[in-house]
Formats: sequence, C-alpha cells, structure tokens
Amino acid sequence: MSNASQQRVRVLTGNEACAEGALAAGMRFYAGYPITPSSEIAEVLAEQLPRYGGVFIQMEDEIASMGAIIGASLAGSKAMTATSGPGFSLMQENIGYAAMAEVPCVIVNVMRGGPSTGLPTLPSQGDIMQARWGTHGDHPIIALTPFSVAETFSLTVRAFNLAEQYRTPVILLLDEILGHVNEKVELPKDGEIALVNRTLPHDPPERYLPYRHTESGVPPMVSFGQGYRYHVTGLAHDESGFPTNRASEIEKLLDRLHRKIEQNRDHIVEVEAYEMEDAEIGLISFGSSARASRHAVRLAREAGKKAGLLRIKTLWPFPDQEIQAYGDRVKKWIVAEMNRGQLAHEVEWALCGRAPIHRVTVYNGDPISPLTILNRINQLD
Amino acid sequence: MSFRYEIRLSGEGGQGLVLAGKILAEAAAIYDNLNATQSQSYGPEARGGASRSEVILSDEDIDYPKAVHIDLLLALTQESCDRYAADLKSNGILLVDQDAVLTTPEGSFKVYRVPIIQMARDRVGRALVANIVALGLIAGIAKIVSEKALRQAIEARVPKGTEELNLKAFAVGLEHAKTLV
Repeated sequence: MSNASQQRVRVLTGNEACAEGALAAGMRFYAGYPITPSSEIAEVLAEQLPRYGGVFIQMEDEIASMGAIIGASLAGSKAMTATSGPGFSLMQENIGYAAMAEVPCVIVNVMRGGPSTGLPTLPSQGDIMQARWGTHGDHPIIALTPFSVAETFSLTVRAFNLAEQYRTPVILLLDEILGHVNEKVELPKDGEIALVNRTLPHDPPERYLPYRHTESGVPPMVSFGQGYRYHVTGLAHDESGFPTNRASEIEKLLDRLHRKIEQNRDHIVEVEAYEMEDAEIGLISFGSSARASRHAVRLAREAGKKAGLLRIKTLWPFPDQEIQAYGDRVKKWIVAEMNRGQLAHEVEWALCGRAPIHRVTVYNGDPISPLTILNRINQLD
Repeated sequence: MSFRYEIRLSGEGGQGLVLAGKILAEAAAIYDNLNATQSQSYGPEARGGASRSEVILSDEDIDYPKAVHIDLLLALTQESCDRYAADLKSNGILLVDQDAVLTTPEGSFKVYRVPIIQMARDRVGRALVANIVALGLIAGIAKIVSEKALRQAIEARVPKGTEELNLKAFAVGLEHAKTLV
C-alpha cells in the first residue's frame, strides 16, 4: 500500500468522522456546548476549524449555539452544532425558527439514554420522535442516521448537501456506540466529494423576494452583507419576509415548506436492503442497532433461515413506501431499536396491519446484542 | 473462509487498555489491511474499577462492533478476570497477569499465566508499559496481527519520545510468547 493511500485509511471514531465529514462538506462555522457523548466532535473542530479559516465558538448553552449557527448560515456560512439529549431539547425552539425562516444548518445529536440527563455515557436511540416533532407546529424536517464510521462521514456531507439544497435544518442522529467506536475508514480524496451549495438569486436587490413561491419550493438565498436587505422572522410571513396574518399567504407558506421536502422525498429517502431478495422474516433497524441486526441476519442465514434487514438511513421523511414494497412477501417483521418502540410504531403505521410486527426493544443502557435478535428470529421461524 | 476474531483487553482504568486496543485496531486496519473495530466501556466505572477495551478483527465487513464470543481475553486484574471470562469461547485463549490474577475460571480454554506487569517493570524499566508488553504477548500467541504492523502502529501512536521504550516492551512480550507456544 502506498503512503498516500495509507494516510486516507484511518481508524476513527464516529464523532471524529462526523467532524471530518463536516469539514469536507465545507462547514466553516461551529457553535456548541460540549456534552457527552458528542464532545469529541467539538474537540476536533476546535482544533481544526481555525486551520481552515473557519470559526469555532463555545457558547454559553445550546439555545445560544443554535441561534449562532442560524446567524452564521444567514451570513453565508455552512454551519453546524452537535449535542446530545438534554442539549437537543434546548435547541428545539430555534430548530423551529430555522425551519420557518428556511435557514440551512446541520444539528448532530449523538443520542444517549433519557429522559432528562438520563444516561450520559450509555447508548440509546430514544430521540426518533424528538427529531421529528421536538419543535412545535407543522414543520418539515430531514433526519439522517448512519450505522458505521465510514457512513457517518458520508452522511454528514449529505446532511449539508440536503440542508443547502432544500434550505432546511437537517438532523444527523448518531448514538453513543457509533460516536465512540473506532473503525477503519477510507476517507475520499478532495474532489471526490460532490458538494451542493444554496441557490443564489438572479434578481437585483430591489426585486429580490427572499421567500418567493418558486416551482421547486425552494427560494434562492442571498447572504447578509451582499447588498440585499430582507426581513427574517419566525412569524408567518409573505414572500417579502414580513409578517402576515392573511390566511391565503399563511397557507401558501406552510404548503410550500412541506412541498419542498415531500415532492423530493424520493431523492431524500435512503434505505439499504441486506439479504432481502428472498427474505421471509424482515428486520427493520437503524444506527448501531442495525449492526447487531446485520450480525443476527448473518447468523440466521448460516442456520438456513430466510432473514433479511431493511436498514433505514433516512428516518425523516419516513421510508414508508420502501417498507410497503416488501408488504406482500415478507411474512413477519422484527423492529430492533434502543428505545421502547418508537420506530416499531411508525412501521406499524406504514404497514397498516399487512404483516405482524415484533419488537426487540432495549432501553437499559446496554447495546442490543445480535443474539437477542437471533433468539427472536428463532422464536418466529 | 472468512474469519471474525474478538479480543477483550481488561484490567483497571489507567492501565492503558484503550490505547492498546486502538494500537491493535490500527495495526490490523492500516498496516495489515484487515477490518477492525475498537470500543471501550466508557464512563465513571472505567476509572479505577474494571475497565475493558474490545477489538474485533475480520477480513470482511464487521457487522457488530462489540464482542459476542471472545477468542482472546487479557485480564490484568482479578476483578476483570472474574467479570469478563464468561464470554470466552470454549477453545479461546485466556492471558492473565500471574501476580494479579490468582484464580482463573474453569473451562476448556487455554490459559497463559505471565508476570506481565513485573516484566514491564524489571525488564523494560516501567510498569506503565505493561499494556505494550501484553500486545507483544498477544502478537506471539494469537498471531492474528503481524509483528511488523504492530511495530508500525506502536511507533505511530505512542507519545513522542517514548517510541523506543514501547518497542522494547513489545519485543519483551513477543520474545516471551515464543517460549510459550
């Protein structure tokens, strides 16, 4: 192996790969408040960002951190923050602001046990619904969830690309296991990574409408300080950005906010099918639980059982159609997750009773063991 | 035929087991072109009490990054041996510090009792490098990661200025392993 390729082959934790992915995506502004098990993301970026000409700020709390990245993004920077459960709770109000004001940004939540301060050092996947509905009101959201260190790098890049393309906050859900596991990763070379940047307007400042109802649903976006002036608010607003109480304008705004995500859901939603071609027992899982699930599928296949795994990479919008596509063939489903059944509930909703759904739920701070899932497969077979 | 090899390094917080695990993973992944994962018990219990670091090695993708059935267990304290030996495979390897671990569990696995900490102190000069002596022993006993890769990984990972000390510790462990197998 040559020296150059050895330098790209590294052993990194998920948190380190997330920081590397953000830098590769062009992120140049980070504001955050360190919290276990996400702190290494801040640690790496505090050291690295100044070398890239970027800014790292440790804020007084997570509310301010979220506010700071919104401001930085409006000024033209790709911006992100990283946190865990309690900090993610504090960020919710401003995540709603980013959704309403259509400010691209990335929020990383390295999940730990909850509720409240819960289990700082132990894994959980209990923030599925908070990622979707943590902030109030009808709002669209995108949430991605990698299952390996290598994928943490690539999905961090993707999180920025989707945020820029659709002018939306994007949530990246990791968990403690993925954040802290060291794993082999081959980092792509510069230039091998496709980057997306927000669309700039062709209109001159006097004709620029920051919230124009474009066909794509995504209005072009300028950076503050480039000679364009416009109003940014969390209040319902018209195309000019100023507040409005007119029913027709409010409805148009909310419909467009959802339309820009819904009409592109096929582009946004990603799942990975593993041994699903002839599967009769289908597992559904994500994040580090999907690692245990894959291992269980491998063991079950060695014993001659037709098991497979549908692994979720995009949690929101939910991959309901991708699950429904197996509805006629898969006889039984097992949903494996580190919480009390948040994903299973959503899968039940997607399948509308077409097949029984069995649950493997672990929420005591232990990781899900592949053997626990294998036992469940054996019970059903 | 593909393989999956699980190693658990256990002892108490401060014995450098996380570093040893990371070196083992980097040796395998970067220099021997295998796949490797390394994880550790993380939290308040890791300081002082039983501590562990796990390394999974494979020539294909590693599904589950934590240990399920352990091929090789290193135990540097009695507590860690008592607590972690239950997951050892029946044909596995148990490597213990013979002065710290007085009783080993019954089982068909192979047991190696080596004065690891004493060797680090007396033959290398620092008890601190017992973790690297253990890596030398593991290299010689398990032969799952090459000696060359481990030397390269040690040189790249240990604090600057301690390379020679650590390479000596590795050599002491490796040499002793050759008298055992």
